[in-house]
Amino acid sequence: MAADMSKHAALDKYYSYSFLVPGMLVYGIIFVFPTLMSFFFSFTRWDLSTWTFIGFDNYKSFFHEYALVKSLSNTIVYAVLSSGCKVVLGLLLAVACCSKLRTKGYLEAVIYFPNILSPLAVGIMFSSLMHPTKGLFNQMLSLLGILGPDWLGNPRLALYSIILTDIWKGVGVSTVIYIAGIKAIPTEYYEACMVDGGNSLTKFANITVPLVRPARNTVIILSFIGGLRSFGLVWSMTQGGPGFASDVLASVIYKQYINGFYGLSIAGNVILLLLVSVIAFPLYRFLNRKEEML
Amino acid sequence: MKAKKWMAVVDIVAVVVSSAIFIVPFLIVILNAGKTQQEAAALQLSLPKTWHFIKNLEAVFSYQNRAVLRAFLNSMILTFLSVIGIVIVSSMTGFILQRRRNRFTGSLNYLVLGGLIVPPAIVPTIWLLKLLNLFKTIPGLALVEVALNFSFSTIMYTSFLSTVPREIDEAGIIDGCGPYRLFFQIIFPLMKPITATVIILAAVNVYNDFMNPLYFLPGAKNLTVQLTLYFFQGQFESSWNLLFADILIISLPSLIFYMIFRQRIISGTTAGAIKG
Repeated sequence: MAADMSKHAALDKYYSYSFLVPGMLVYGIIFVFPTLMSFFFSFTRWDLSTWTFIGFDNYKSFFHEYALVKSLSNTIVYAVLSSGCKVVLGLLLAVACCSKLRTKGYLEAVIYFPNILSPLAVGIMFSSLMHPTKGLFNQMLSLLGILGPDWLGNPRLALYSIILTDIWKGVGVSTVIYIAGIKAIPTEYYEACMVDGGNSLTKFANITVPLVRPARNTVIILSFIGGLRSFGLVWSMTQGGPGFASDVLASVIYKQYINGFYGLSIAGNVILLLLVSVIAFPLYRFLNRKEEML
Repeated sequence: MKAKKWMAVVDIVAVVVSSAIFIVPFLIVILNAGKTQQEAAALQLSLPKTWHFIKNLEAVFSYQNRAVLRAFLNSMILTFLSVIGIVIVSSMTGFILQRRRNRFTGSLNYLVLGGLIVPPAIVPTIWLLKLLNLFKTIPGLALVEVALNFSFSTIMYTSFLSTVPREIDEAGIIDGCGPYRLFFQIIFPLMKPITATVIILAAVNVYNDFMNPLYFLPGAKNLTVQLTLYFFQGQFESSWNLLFADILIISLPSLIFYMIFRQRIISGTTAGAIKG
């Protein structure tokens, strides 16, 4: 071990720190530095050139405005619902893709396909599908004799319609992560289950579900963080409307920015950052600890 | 025999259902991109009565002095610059972070991982780019894209390098390589497979990005393809045929990429996700 260490140390001069310089310059200046500065600027009134320190005023106005508080709860609803559905649907789709179906290759390709479209293109596509009178959704519902809702125009429904679109676009990523997880399960377990007289349902419940846990944790974390940060679909489908019914933090940050409220926009950014950190890091810990206990 | 027939039925059902859910929405885009304005306004899933596809494409391309063509050029330049930058900085960083393990590189590793979680602070970045005279420029946006894709790509490189034995480095050193020759002549060529994956994933990611061009390239001078679609959405509200034609045009590069590199895109997404 000691010899190994010294051998590594001997090579160290070939692994020169100078290789880190380009990456750290770009990442440090363009990403880390603005992130740190955002904490400072969130306490100022700022026009991008001169700033006045105003303490917690940006945060106070953020939490005093109903529309902005609403965006915070919308963001959480968005993240919880979209990631929850992706966790469940992704697993079911992955099981189908790992089955004996001859068309499973096609299934995987088709399920993943929406993910390579841009969020803007998907947003416009689904705005047309969700058109209250002419859209495909309501056309199909009317065939069943149901009067379809105004998916994006109804303030109580708009957010959920966007979440539905988000699931359609993103479930493929969860599916392929699950597929990798299922393929990593040794086939002996399934064979043993067959010997014990298990059917496909018991195989799924007793082997796939518990053993796919690492993949599921990845899906939870990724889709949850993605949901908290979501912007493109919201902006292209409703711009946060009607009113502010489907506003999320990312859309509020943009709105405050284009209206020139830079301090408020940055305060929104910091709140998003804190929200992501407060949820993501403990979630990560929690999920990993459970894994160790097994 | 019965089981076989049963499986065939399940196969057919699976194909029909998955296509209906995941392909039909895009099919509507394709079909309506070939219709006249009045016909497309009905948003039906039906073949066009007469094909206006070429006419619509012409209309989209000639709109506002070929804004879409210029946007294509801009998007290509942006994607090209960003991808080159991502490969250079991530491969070099990944090399050191994987090969040299000490407290310093350990904490840098955490800093890099943080980039996967922390949402970018956009307004301070705009302020910074303004100071550097890079705001509203393609190179400025490319820098932002490099910084935002840096974490994911670096992790791809570190996890790939952990499968490349150190004996190869030692052999190179014995043959008289210095640090730079070791990396550029031995390690970097060995990383070709992961570099290909990083290039493909980053290219699709940057090309499809909508939020950052919206913030960093406001105004009509330097549009990317996603921004043309965004402005079309506002101006062509009643011309679904043109809007869909534009969606089709700008999705085409990603679609072609997907058809050629599907396996690599999927395996790259999976590997990156699990390592992260």
